[in-house]
Amino acid sequence: MISAIFDYEFLQNAFASGLIIGLIAPALGLFIVVRRLALIADALSHVALAGIAGSLFLSQNVTALAALNPLYLGIGSSVAGSLLIDRLRELYKSYEELAIPIIMSGGIALGAIFISLAQGFSTDLVGYLFGSVSAVGREDLYTIMAVAVITILFIVLTYKELFSMSFDPEYSRAQGISSRALNIWFMIVTALVVAGSMRIVGILLVSSLMTIPVAAAMQIAKGFRQAMLYAAIFGELSVLGGLVAAFYMNLAPGGTIVVISILILLLVLAGKKAVAARSAARNGEVGTGEL
Amino acid sequence: MTEPLIELEDVSYRYGDTAALEHIFLTVEKGEFWAVIGPNGSGKSTLIKLILGLIKPLSGQIRLFGRDASDFREKEKIGYVSQKSNAFNRAFPATVREVVRSGLVKKTGLFRRYPADADEKVDNALAAVGMEEFADRSIGDLSGGQQQRVFIARALISNPELLVLDEPTVGIDRKHMQSFYNMLGRLNREKGIAIVLVTHDVDTVSELVTHVACVNRSIHFHGPHEEYSRQESRIRSEWYGHAVRRVHHGSQAADA
Repeated sequence: MISAIFDYEFLQNAFASGLIIGLIAPALGLFIVVRRLALIADALSHVALAGIAGSLFLSQNVTALAALNPLYLGIGSSVAGSLLIDRLRELYKSYEELAIPIIMSGGIALGAIFISLAQGFSTDLVGYLFGSVSAVGREDLYTIMAVAVITILFIVLTYKELFSMSFDPEYSRAQGISSRALNIWFMIVTALVVAGSMRIVGILLVSSLMTIPVAAAMQIAKGFRQAMLYAAIFGELSVLGGLVAAFYMNLAPGGTIVVISILILLLVLAGKKAVAARSAARNGEVGTGEL
Repeated sequence: MTEPLIELEDVSYRYGDTAALEHIFLTVEKGEFWAVIGPNGSGKSTLIKLILGLIKPLSGQIRLFGRDASDFREKEKIGYVSQKSNAFNRAFPATVREVVRSGLVKKTGLFRRYPADADEKVDNALAAVGMEEFADRSIGDLSGGQQQRVFIARALISNPELLVLDEPTVGIDRKHMQSFYNMLGRLNREKGIAIVLVTHDVDTVSELVTHVACVNRSIHFHGPHEEYSRQESRIRSEWYGHAVRRVHHGSQAADA
């Protein structure tokens, strides 16, 4: 059944993109989760919706832009949204989280306007909302590859600083780390990953691929590197399983990927509980033995 | 004659309309162990933030290692342990080793990987605080006192000449507090690291410190520890006089 992947170009595109996203979304997601920014990914994906809808509207009405790939405007608006969030967080220093609903509703509002201007939902748009197995083109794949290169370089090159800033912001400022600059780059890379992931998981579910595998990994990882490794493994399993299920059952991959990632989380939680119960029982036996 | 590690010259700071510190003069030399004491809200933490460059003075001058604080780049010479280190998220997935290693961030430099001997340095720093067996444990699994030792190790790993601690024993029980302070005393005597310690427990540290600074918006006393001991009752009645009166009012209110 996997052999089908080699026969159809659209499946190659979908699986290659999915495997890339399954790696980078949870890896970056770990930083997002520990810095308590999980909602920002959500806000950015809704801003991306505005860009996608705007692009679909433009390609309907402007002949010169008929072939425009909506991904580009999606990425553009997401990055612009990330910079706006950063500005707003500076502006409302003591109420940083206020930036999220402002940007999120702004994104949905613009999206709604463009969708109605383009006379309602098209199949294209539904693909962007919940992900699609068949709609990923070569151009999308290349764009996602470029996003992956930027993301991996960013994480590898600034891993120390990102870790220190996430674990103890005050300490890292006392060490003279410029958290302002690093934060802006972090937001931009997050926007890129959000926009790059939505082709596969869909705008509405992007943030879950950045958070649910991380939530499962944090249950069992002892350290940060280990958490990143587990999160990436869980992310890949979710994407692979989700794409196969979506393809054979003709479902939206966003849905199947997220359901599988939640199943993994539940399994991890259950497994952890079972291990704890068994070791408690063993300790109990030792305890009675000593009596 | 070597440069003093810290020099504050007529430094003032305010939060909005409230003066936090006024006309502070303070000089900390190599190898000294300072206790900074004072009532709650007296500006002790502000003083620390100024020294670390987290905030800038409104007037006056701060020199670190002989250089103006705003030009001072060798942050690895100052190890910092905050009170808030206790309040980090306990579910944060990090090993003790990863936390201690992050003390090398600045020294290593942006875009570079940790040096090859980083692990050895982590082991040495942990050994200095008696925590070498905990290197691969998860930081959230340790007790408050153990965590605070780990944060000292993180401060020690870059071989600082000065250690700045802001009420590091908040949330640590009395029994472990004494051994924690003794460990600071050892670092001061054996490694010659100068220490600036903000604390409430002046009695517990009195045998370890060489100098005392009493802060209450301005510095009421600073000098060698022996001198402080002679003037202690006067200084205490000056400030804790307020505190006593406040307690008195409180109890009357409770009675009524």
